[in-house]
Amino acid sequence: MSFLVPLPVIIPALGAALTLMMARRPGAQRAVSLTALTTTLVVSSALLVVTAAEGPQVVAVGGWPPPLGIILVADKLAALMLVVSTAVTLCVLVYSIGQGSADGDEETPLSVYHPTYLALTAGVTNAFLSGDLFNLYVGFEILLVASYVLLTLGSTENRIRAGTTYVVVSLLSSVIFLSALGLVYAATGTLNMAQLAGRFDELPDNLRLLLQGMLLLAFGIKAAVFPLGAWLPDSYPTAPAPVTAVFAGLLTKVGVYAIIRTETLLFPDGRIADVLMVISLLTMVVGILGAVAQSDIKRLLSFTLISHIGYMLFGVALASEAGLSGAIFYIAHHITIQTTLFLAAGLVERRGGTTALDRLGGLGRIAPLLSVLFFIPALNLAGIPPFSGFLGKLGLLQAGVDESGPLVWAVVAGGVLTSLLTLYAIGRVWNLAFWRAPHPDLPRADDDSEGSTVLLPKLMVAPTFALVAFSVALTVVAGPLFGITSEAAADLLARTPYIEAVFPDGAP
Amino acid sequence: MSPNLVYVVVIGVLFGAGVSLLLERTLTRVLIGVVLIGNGVNVLILMGGAYGTPPIIGEAPVEGMSDPLPQAMILTAIVITLGITAFLLALAYRSWQLLGHDEVQDDAEDTRIIELAERDEIPHAKESETEDLPSPVYDAGPGWAER
Repeated sequence: MSFLVPLPVIIPALGAALTLMMARRPGAQRAVSLTALTTTLVVSSALLVVTAAEGPQVVAVGGWPPPLGIILVADKLAALMLVVSTAVTLCVLVYSIGQGSADGDEETPLSVYHPTYLALTAGVTNAFLSGDLFNLYVGFEILLVASYVLLTLGSTENRIRAGTTYVVVSLLSSVIFLSALGLVYAATGTLNMAQLAGRFDELPDNLRLLLQGMLLLAFGIKAAVFPLGAWLPDSYPTAPAPVTAVFAGLLTKVGVYAIIRTETLLFPDGRIADVLMVISLLTMVVGILGAVAQSDIKRLLSFTLISHIGYMLFGVALASEAGLSGAIFYIAHHITIQTTLFLAAGLVERRGGTTALDRLGGLGRIAPLLSVLFFIPALNLAGIPPFSGFLGKLGLLQAGVDESGPLVWAVVAGGVLTSLLTLYAIGRVWNLAFWRAPHPDLPRADDDSEGSTVLLPKLMVAPTFALVAFSVALTVVAGPLFGITSEAAADLLARTPYIEAVFPDGAP
Repeated sequence: MSPNLVYVVVIGVLFGAGVSLLLERTLTRVLIGVVLIGNGVNVLILMGGAYGTPPIIGEAPVEGMSDPLPQAMILTAIVITLGITAFLLALAYRSWQLLGHDEVQDDAEDTRIIELAERDEIPHAKESETEDLPSPVYDAGPGWAER
């Protein structure tokens, strides 16, 4: 069944080319994008089933056997990430189509939007599937370049300002990544990850530490861990709501995925576990303190996004099966929730004309459906039982308690504190935007004048609702999902399933 | 295989010049910095492979060939740098069109929070009088009090 492996990259890439050719026919563009992403979702789900049953699937691109050519590898971790990310991208696409048609397609130049959006998806899937460090770099570049365009859509003053910071920081991380690749190749003579796993063991310790540090730095900037994440809350909120949503859901998680992949496959000795612990603690606490100080929903959500990256990093730092399993579960949960919240924030912006907390109020009374759509993922993010946020945090903290040591306990305490502060930050949004008396500037529920924003477009509400349902479903299927993530974590720690899938006769 | 000194010096100079340009606030200079560092990285990758005769079978004995893989990687990297250069140029031009300069600016929201901190106020202390500093009304907002 390995023919499935390249499809999640090829289909969106083909779709991007097709939509680019149909630049003047928005209807056809929409149809192609929807078809492409739906097919990708189906293929990804099939891949998950296949990898769960038969183990990692490998395709040598271009017919060159590894380690000569580039390979794509789908193991359980990659397949799970593919399913969650594609499901989320599809929902956001529907949302953006809804927003586009509601706005008469004037604000967003749609002819660019669809090709770039599909290119972004192709970059993300390529990064997940890549079995080769250089191809991982290419995947990152595809998604980054697409994200530069999406972030500066319409090139208004605000977006140019935010985009500049984002582009320069991302370029810096790309340069570090590429330099690291040059050094890795010089030191080992290969960039195939399965082969590198063996060759790194032969390198001198100091050299290995240097390479590990450079890769971590590059991925850390992309994953927005402390202190490398200051660019994120500045740049994300200015983009159009669907773009922010998909960035928040996917881009940082691709960085986390790369960290998990390299830390487990290439550097399994855990030499810098303590450093990762400290970084994860700081990411959590500093991020959430930033969120508490914000007065705009989108910025507040961006800070919670950074903060919760810390949880995933904690799981990686633990490097135990339970820890990694919790981290993978948390990624799946967080991709869904963060995207949903940003979509809901987009609906709030549409209903109230702003996301500034001082100009909102009483949405709970005048827009009850919207309130529910915000309330459920918000509680989920804060980790209220029985939602998946609670289960993910519980899994991670339990994995932490199983280990001993003051540093681990400090991070566990930090995790609990962060969870409480998230509840506080989210509770403040709820109080101010939804609960107090309606703000006088807000359109009333009975306002049916021309251009009224009271009726939210169905195509925007439906995908948000679908994602809320999906996030609730994560709770329902948490048992089997934890089963998959534990298996994925066990495979990651064992390393052999991955390496043997690439080199059935042993690594050269 | 020992590294070629000329390469090492060239890489050092390109990276040094590139980093100091990256630290500038003007986007055009940042762009030149990115291009310089990009070339530095290319030379770095090139240095990682074996040197020798052109890697074409039949032209030379296989043992003495140079390693073609770094060259393939550099080609990819060059294409990516080209695309990014074009995008950055467009960004700088647009910035100049809109603002009359192409400097990387401060985050407006950060500036506001810093100003509040300098005046030693917490965000929800009172209504702000100035137009450009809309006060975030938090728990003590008027609407909240009415309830």
